Amino acid sequence: MHPVRRKRLITIAIIVLVLSGAIGLVLYALQQNINLFYTPTQIALGDAPTGVNIRAGGMVVKGSVKRDINTLFVSFNVTDFKHTVHIEYHGILPDLFREGQGIVAQGKLLSNGTFLASQVLAKHDEKYMPPDVANALKQAKDNTPSKPYNDN
Amino acid sequence: MLPEVGNFSLILSLFFAGSLAIVPITGYWRHNPILLSTARPLTLLMSCFVLVSFIVLAIAFLTNDFSVLYVSLNSNSNLPIWYKFSAIWGSHEGSLLLWVLILCGWSTAVALKSHTLPKEVGPIVLSVLGMVATGFLLFMLFTSSPFVRDLPNVPANGEDLNPLLQDVGLVIHPPMLYMGYVGFSVAFAFAIAALITGNLNSSWARWARPWTAVSWAFLTLGITLGSWWAYYELGWGGWWFWDPVENASLMPWLAGTALIHSLAVTEKRGVFKSWTVLLAIFTFSLSLLGTFLVRSGVLTSVHAFAADPTRGVFILALLIVLIGSSLLLYSLRASQVKAGVAFGLTGREAWLLLNNIILTVLTLTVLLGTLYPLLFEALDLGRISVGAPYFNTVFSPLALLLMVFMAIGPLSKWHNTKPSLLVRLCVWPGVVSILLAGVISYAYHLGGMAWLSLSVAFLVVLLTCKDWFLKVSSGSKGIIPRARQLPRNYYGMMLAHLGLVVSLIGILMVSTCSEETTVKIAAGQTVSFAGYQFTLNQFESLKGPNYVADQADIAVYQDGKLVAQLKPEKRFYEARRQVMTEASLNAGITRDLYVSLGEKLDDQAWSMRIYVKAFVRWIWFGGILMVCGGVLSALDKRYRTRVEGRHA
Repeated sequence: MHPVRRKRLITIAIIVLVLSGAIGLVLYALQQNINLFYTPTQIALGDAPTGVNIRAGGMVVKGSVKRDINTLFVSFNVTDFKHTVHIEYHGILPDLFREGQGIVAQGKLLSNGTFLASQVLAKHDEKYMPPDVANALKQAKDNTPSKPYNDN
Repeated sequence: MLPEVGNFSLILSLFFAGSLAIVPITGYWRHNPILLSTARPLTLLMSCFVLVSFIVLAIAFLTNDFSVLYVSLNSNSNLPIWYKFSAIWGSHEGSLLLWVLILCGWSTAVALKSHTLPKEVGPIVLSVLGMVATGFLLFMLFTSSPFVRDLPNVPANGEDLNPLLQDVGLVIHPPMLYMGYVGFSVAFAFAIAALITGNLNSSWARWARPWTAVSWAFLTLGITLGSWWAYYELGWGGWWFWDPVENASLMPWLAGTALIHSLAVTEKRGVFKSWTVLLAIFTFSLSLLGTFLVRSGVLTSVHAFAADPTRGVFILALLIVLIGSSLLLYSLRASQVKAGVAFGLTGREAWLLLNNIILTVLTLTVLLGTLYPLLFEALDLGRISVGAPYFNTVFSPLALLLMVFMAIGPLSKWHNTKPSLLVRLCVWPGVVSILLAGVISYAYHLGGMAWLSLSVAFLVVLLTCKDWFLKVSSGSKGIIPRARQLPRNYYGMMLAHLGLVVSLIGILMVSTCSEETTVKIAAGQTVSFAGYQFTLNQFESLKGPNYVADQADIAVYQDGKLVAQLKPEKRFYEARRQVMTEASLNAGITRDLYVSLGEKLDDQAWSMRIYVKAFVRWIWFGGILMVCGGVLSALDKRYRTRVEGRHA
């Protein structure tokens, strides 16, 4: 084979090798690490899967925050003003967590409908609303039957 | 009155930027030296008026002129003076002004240095920079002028700067980051100039190299500072979150790193010519993409200030015009590039090719992870987030592979190196690294991944030192004179590579050996954790300039000896009615003790997070080493020689 062509071939082979390795890694990682967002209505209607990592969010219902006296256990409800979800969490809530504020929780939905959060996010300042939550509220308000976000 | 001057001066600078974008280029096509020579004065005028605007905005902040909407939204009369100054870039409008100011700074630097370039190259480079400036000035004037007045209802006081940004890290982090982002516009402008003039020989690579190295150093510093700030200010002890905006800065960094290496090959060997041009275009495009992602609010992030759709559309249009026209020009011109000298598959070119392939793939995986939620939503598949585990899984193996090549590459020679020679050079350092890493990971129970990473780290260190030793010990002269003869470029590379190793060790240790816990604690109680005793002495109430705070006084003991006195705070910023956690930490070479307050649980007790972070300082120290490496290599003597024969 012509040496220039051989070089080109080897170069391309290396590129293909690295790329396919990377694509394999990407597919593997994406399969495990994307977290779908569900609104309280979707969870109430049973659209959200149980036992896998998902995110849920809405406004924290006023007066629903309950703490355990001895541990860092805390529970509260979030709502999109149509349905609510009960969230349980063990740990420190973020500075911007307040009743009446939009939050996003990451964790697993248990079969009894309780959401066990591993992380609670409330970002930026009090004017800021997480886009996911804003969207959830808008959907609930639009009064249209909410479309399931994914098919499985 | 003054803010109107600022706005007017911005309009004037737009006029000059527009002229700069058109006149010198026309001069080039018409072969008119007078039009070409307007580039320098136009650049200086444009920069001058942008500087005036910036100073006007600074004065508005320092004099508490709350009639200016941007000032009233981001400042407060109680804000300490240095934060008043940094509040200029605390939000969207002002940070754009800083962006443009820095672009003007780089343009001015090119204008002042342009006498070392062939006579038509300098003006074209400036002209391309003028086009970029025109785009951003238009963007500012039409969608986000910082000089908009809020008359006649002037508020008595401002709404204050976001407390997260009231920190020394945030005073310097954005300017450094922007210096890097915008600095890549210079390499981009050189690449475009090379395409326009058709002079795609290796000389453009030589001119672009020091600029690229300096921008890269700034970007590295900016990212390092950002990571350090996030670590102590966000209060959860993380140093990298794979937040979309962090990724937005990491992508140009990865592409810029590839560009530095590919420029070296193009300059030295005259190969990879069209690839290097393309890479210069991509690097700057990624900087622009970063600006788009941050400013448009399309991504959820702590950094996303504004979700104004017109702004997003404008930046997207700007992005498409700039990238589209560059790529069009590239496709028209790149075919004219003659295939250069054939490169040897066993030479250094081949290693640098590997470097470029992996860095490009890394950039693409980060890009994919960052844009995936957007794609997912656009295809109506649902709202998702891609978390840190994705990036860690994909990034770590590729980065380690890259570092193995980084260890071996510098030992090889240009064009051709006998593979047997490389194997002979690498075999012993390889064996030693693997054994040493094995012993350490076994002794400290670190696990397989740590073994692998440490082996790579030691391999880089050993081979880098070996390469240096081989270089200085050959020849008849003594070691010291020979060591001094080696070019700064070489030492820059050494420093940067070793810096990466230091960061790698830090990253590895902090992710495998750190410990953390969350406790409920009241005054007088002691908590034992990770071999330390944390005793909470008391709580105090404090009053700062624009906040009130609860401060805990914690003494940390180890084996009965006092090792640190920590004072974490929970602050309440009055103007914004916002609560902020101020962590307190005790820094050390092998560990940081890090404490942050959670919430007040009842009358006495608070929840508190305690971290012992292993080797976390190494991450940023490695960053600093890389910055030094970048600067050192830009100072290499051979970039300072004038171009001989002005019609090169």
